[in-house]
Amino acid sequence: MNVPLSLRVNGKAVTAEVAPETLLVTFIREHLRLTGTHVGCDTAQCGACTVHVDGRAIKACNVLALQVQGQEVTTIEGITPAEGLHPMQAAFKACHGLQCGFCTPGMVMSAIDLVQHHPHGSEREIREGLEGNICRCTGYQNIVKAVAEGAKAMQA
Amino acid sequence: MNDPKPGFIGKSVERREDYRFLTGNGQYTDDITLPGQTFAAFLRSPHAHARIRAIDTAAAQAAPGVLAVFTGKDVSGVNGLPCGWLINSIDGTPMKEPKHPIIAEHKVLHVGDQVALVVAETLAQAKAALNLIDVDYDVLPAVADTATAAGNATAVHDIAPDNVCYTWALGDKAGVDAAFAKAAHVTRLEFVNNRLVPNAMEPRAANAVYSRADDSYTLYVASQNPHVERLLMTAFVLGLPEHKVRVIAPDVGGGFGSKIYLYAEETALVWAARKVGRPIKWTAERSESFITDAHGRDHVTVAELAMDGNGKFLALREHTTANLGAYLSTFSSCIPTILHSTLLAGQYTTPVIYSEIKAVFTNTVPVDAYRGAGRPEATYLLERLVDTAARELKLDPAELRRRNFIRSFPYQTPVALMYDTGDYDATLDRALELADVAGFAARRAESERKGLRRGLGYAAYIEACGIAPSNIAGALGARAGLFEAGEVRVHPTGKVTVFTGSHSHGQGHETTFAQVVADKLGIDIEDVDIQHGDTGKTLFGMGTYGSRSLSVGGTAIVKALDKVVAKGKKIAAHLLEAADADIEFANGEFRVAGTDRKKSFAEVALTAYVPHNFPLDKLEPGLNENAFYDPTNFTFPAGTYVCEVEVDPATGAVRIDRFSACDDFGNVVNPMIVEGQVHGGLAQGIGQALTEGCVYNEDGQLVTGTYMDYAMPRADDLPHFVVETAKGTPCTHNPLGVKGCGEAGAIGSTPAVINAIVDALAPLGVRDIPMPATPYSVWKAIQAAQQH
Repeated sequence: MNVPLSLRVNGKAVTAEVAPETLLVTFIREHLRLTGTHVGCDTAQCGACTVHVDGRAIKACNVLALQVQGQEVTTIEGITPAEGLHPMQAAFKACHGLQCGFCTPGMVMSAIDLVQHHPHGSEREIREGLEGNICRCTGYQNIVKAVAEGAKAMQA
Repeated sequence: MNDPKPGFIGKSVERREDYRFLTGNGQYTDDITLPGQTFAAFLRSPHAHARIRAIDTAAAQAAPGVLAVFTGKDVSGVNGLPCGWLINSIDGTPMKEPKHPIIAEHKVLHVGDQVALVVAETLAQAKAALNLIDVDYDVLPAVADTATAAGNATAVHDIAPDNVCYTWALGDKAGVDAAFAKAAHVTRLEFVNNRLVPNAMEPRAANAVYSRADDSYTLYVASQNPHVERLLMTAFVLGLPEHKVRVIAPDVGGGFGSKIYLYAEETALVWAARKVGRPIKWTAERSESFITDAHGRDHVTVAELAMDGNGKFLALREHTTANLGAYLSTFSSCIPTILHSTLLAGQYTTPVIYSEIKAVFTNTVPVDAYRGAGRPEATYLLERLVDTAARELKLDPAELRRRNFIRSFPYQTPVALMYDTGDYDATLDRALELADVAGFAARRAESERKGLRRGLGYAAYIEACGIAPSNIAGALGARAGLFEAGEVRVHPTGKVTVFTGSHSHGQGHETTFAQVVADKLGIDIEDVDIQHGDTGKTLFGMGTYGSRSLSVGGTAIVKALDKVVAKGKKIAAHLLEAADADIEFANGEFRVAGTDRKKSFAEVALTAYVPHNFPLDKLEPGLNENAFYDPTNFTFPAGTYVCEVEVDPATGAVRIDRFSACDDFGNVVNPMIVEGQVHGGLAQGIGQALTEGCVYNEDGQLVTGTYMDYAMPRADDLPHFVVETAKGTPCTHNPLGVKGCGEAGAIGSTPAVINAIVDALAPLGVRDIPMPATPYSVWKAIQAAQQH
C-alpha cells in the first residue's frame, strides 16, 4: 500500500506515493530519475549513494524514503551550479581525483560535508573522514589532495 | 612521430570526461531506462555443487507483474560460453572444455550459478518472484580447496574426473634440474597467491532490447570490449547475425578485467529480449557480484631459485596449481600460463627456467584476469624469492638484484619473451633515493625503541603488456587476434572525430587520445573528439585490458593519422601546385619545402569535402582514414618499488610508513593520468597483501560475500605514495614509444609489502607471511616462529 511522501529535493518541493520499503536511493534514482547518486553495494559501506539530508551527509541506500519525510535532500545534481563547478568539484578535476567516476558523486558529497565540519583537516583526518567511501580506481591519494584543495577553495 | 613536437603530449591536461562524472551526468548502464523497460532477476544456487532434480516455476510465472520465467531447459539448445584461449597439456592433449551453460540445467557448480531468469514489470516484482521458484536440489559434496582439487574424490565435471583442466609447462626442465644439482645455494618458498574479488565500484549491468521493426538487437552492457562481446555472443553462443546486433558499453565504472568476459547474464538477456518483446534490464547487487564476477589470482605455488656462491641466479623452477573455478571464463586458461610463466625471468639474466602449471576446476566462481592477470603472480613468486635469497645469503637485496640485472637489449628471455629495451639500474637507484633507504637504519632503531619492528621490502618488477602480436598469440593458443583499430574522421570544418576500439572505463582515453591526435595534426585539442564503446559507431576493437590502449589503440590511431596526413599532403600539393614530395606537414600546416607557401589543416579539410580545385582523377574526395594495428611485440614496463613498514608484534598490526615507486613506462602522454594509474594499482596490490582475501569454506560456501567480510582498502588503510615516472627507455616498436602503465602498480606492490613485513619480523624468526597479512595472520606467524 503506497504512502504519501513530501519533501524537498535540490531546492524543489516533491510529492509522491511510495511503497514503504522504498529506499531513499531508489526514490532518487528511479522515481526522480536523478541518476547521479549511485548504488555500489548492499551493505551501506561503499558510500556511492551519499547525499545530504538537512545538510548532513547520509547514505541513501541505508535510509527509507519515508524517513526523510518533510526534509531537505541535496544530491550531486543539486550542488552543481547552473554554470561551472562547485569548488569541491573543480578541485577533484584539477587534482585528478576521479577515474571511472562511479564513486565520485558520493565522494564529493562526503567531502563537502567533511570540509564543512572540519575545514582544516590534516591528511590523516581527511583519510579517516573518507572511510565511508570506497574507491577502487584512484588509490585515494588524489582524492585526499582534492579534498584539501577544495577545502581551501570553499573558504575563499 | 617518434619525437613529436611537445604540444599536448607529455602535459598533464585535465580530463574532459570529468565534467559529466563530477556533476552526476555519467551514463552508466543502470542509469539507462528504455521505453517499456522490464527488469530481470536471476535465481542462483545456494549450493556449491548439486544436481537439479526438478525446478517448478509455475507459482513464479503467475506472480504479479511477471512476464516470463526461463530455466536451463529453455536454453538447452544454446551453446555454452566460449573460452578464447586453447592451452595444451604437456602430453599434447587439449585442455578440457566443459560446457558453460548460460543457465544451468542439470547441475549447479558453484554458489551463485544461475538456475532461472525472471523478467517482470518492476525489479521488486522480479525479486519477489524468485522466492516462488521451487528447486529440488540433490546436494553433492563440494571441492573448493585449490591445493586438494586435483585427484579429489569429487569431480566438478564428468569430462575431467581428476578436476584437472590441463597440465602445461614452459621452459627447459632438464637444463633447470642440472643447474639446481650444481647450485651453491637454493632458496625455496611455498605460498598461496590469495584469491581476490575485483570489485569495480559499478556492479555489472546489462539492458537488452530486440526490435521487431528491423529484426535487430541492442545491448547496453558494462563491458571493457563491446565488439568482443558482440562477436562471442552472436557467433559462438546465440547464433545471431553479428551485423544486426549493436553492443554499447556506455560509461563503465571500473573493470580491472572483470568486465572483459562474456557472461551468462547479458547473453541470457539478449536471448530473452526477443521472447519477451520488451527491453530487459539487469543490475547485479554487490553480493551477487561476489558470486558471479570472475575472481582473480588463487595460485598454490612451490618455487625455487638456484644461485652460485656470488648470488648469481642459475635457474628458477616453480610448480603452481591454479584454480580456474567451476567453468572456463573467457580468458581464464591463458592467465596462469601464457601471461604468467613468461614473466619468470623478471629483470634478471637467469639462464634457464621451468614452470609447470596444473589448472584445476573447483566448485567456486570462475577465475580469470584481474589487474595484472598472471603477472602479479609471477612477480610475487620471483621477488619473494629474491628478497628471501638476499637474507639467506646475507646480501643487500638491492645488490643481489644488481648482480643479476639484464643490461643488454634486446634481450631474449628463456621464457619466450624478448624484452626490447630497459634500464633496471636507473629505476632501482632512483627508488632507493625516493625511499630514503639510507635513513632506514636510524628509523628502524627509533621504531625498536618504541617496541615496534620496522622492515624494508623491495620488488623489481617487469611486465608484458600492450597485448599482443596476433600471430604469436595464435601460435600460443589464442582464438582471437589482439590488434586494435582506429578511425580518424576529419570533418569539412577541420574538426576531427576519432573512433577507437579501445574502451575507457577510468583510463581517461577521451583526453589522452585527444592529446595524441591534436599533437599529430597540429590542431587545438578542443577540435578533437574521441568516441568509443559503441559497435554501431566504432569500426572494431579488441578492447581495453592488458595495459594495451595507448600502445596498441593509440598506435592504430597514429597510423590512421599518418594516412590522413599523407592524403592531406596530396591535396595540399594540388592546391599549392607543387609535387607531392615537396610538401612538408608540421604544426598543423602543409608547406612547400623551403618556401612560405602553405595551406592550413582546416583549408585542406574543407577542400577534401568541397573538391572543386582537387585532383579528382587521382584522388577520392573526403578525408577519413582507418588503420588496424597488430603489435610486433609486447611492451615491457619495469621498475622498482620499495615498501617500508612498521609492525606492532603485540597485535600484528602493520602500518605502511612509506611506499616509493619508480617506473619506466617509456614515453608518457599525460603524467597526471599515469600517476593516477599507478596509485590505483598500488592500492589494489597493497589490498591483496594486507586486507583482501576471498575465502571459501570446505562446503564451497563463499564466506567473504559482501563488503562486511571482504576488506576493501579505505583511504586510511593506505599511505601517501611517492611515485616517480622515470624519463624511461621508450618502447622501440611503436611510434609513440609508450609501454603502458595500467597494471604495474598492482604487479609490483604486493611482494614489496610482504617482503617488508618479513624483513621487519625476520629477527623474530619469521620467514614468510600468508596473504592477506592481517594483524591476526601476522600475530600467528610471530607466535609460530617463536615456538621454534
